[in-house]
Amino acid sequence: MPEYKRPSSLMPMATGYCPGCMHALATRLVADVIDELNQADNAINVVSVGCSALNLYSWHGDVIGAAHGRAPAVATGIKRCLPERLVFTYQGDGDLAAIGLAEIMSAANRGENFTVVFANNQTYGMTGGQMAPTTLIGQKTTTTRFGRDPQTTGYPLKMCELISVLEAPVFVARYALNSPKGVSDAKKGIKKAFEMQLAGKGFTFVELLTNCPTNWGMSPLDTLEYMNTNTIPYFQPGVYKDAEAAK
Amino acid sequence: MITINSMMCKGCGYCIKFCPKHILEMGKERSEKGHFYPVNINTDACTSCAICALMCPEAAIEVAAKN
Repeated sequence: MPEYKRPSSLMPMATGYCPGCMHALATRLVADVIDELNQADNAINVVSVGCSALNLYSWHGDVIGAAHGRAPAVATGIKRCLPERLVFTYQGDGDLAAIGLAEIMSAANRGENFTVVFANNQTYGMTGGQMAPTTLIGQKTTTTRFGRDPQTTGYPLKMCELISVLEAPVFVARYALNSPKGVSDAKKGIKKAFEMQLAGKGFTFVELLTNCPTNWGMSPLDTLEYMNTNTIPYFQPGVYKDAEAAK
Repeated sequence: MITINSMMCKGCGYCIKFCPKHILEMGKERSEKGHFYPVNINTDACTSCAICALMCPEAAIEVAAKN
């Protein structure tokens, strides 16, 4: 029968995230996988700016903070200097898909051998719920009070689709964390990405669809249904590129 | 058999929603941090499937194998 113990890669304290925030769930999944792979002493967590960076308070291991959106550039330097370490960035959508868009695309295009864990909650959580590049059409935020209008603000950025058309990345996948199956699949995806990195295969990218109960203005349980009806139809979960499966 | 750490739990209710045996419910008492937290109302029915722990954002639930 399955059993579960709190991963040793997390500090023995509650996270700084709001109740029901899936950033905490995503952080815990990464910690679970690192424990399963016995990499707790070998992993380096690179965070930049936003709610995603709050995971450094609960991370029991090496962490480095990068400038806003620049985690892939910092991770590139670390991985090139310390190729035997397991290096991953943990970034949100405002960080990765807006200010950090150049860094992520360049790192992916170079095929740097590290993993990006991208938590996409379709809003800027830390600064008060402004529109992010990934905000859905019609979604209300503090800067799109009547819902996002593509006439003036364009369409939500699909990062997995963008990165999967590049030549160099070896694993690109998207998972939704609003159901046990999605969480279970996400865990397998993160594990696969880390294993490919440890085998020296190249750039791996895992997008996790998450929620923001505080800035979406709903209870944690209501966000689960909102994700089913709004987020998942637009950001389709699935494996977008897998170099191992293509062989 | 599950153990819920009330000091870590923030009362989001994911474990209650996804428990396939419906053996969890939100308790009436608050933790020291002021959150309501789930209680196990039927320990015997727990199959140790660990779905509650899988969905817990705070890793507040630990699951022991069923004997």
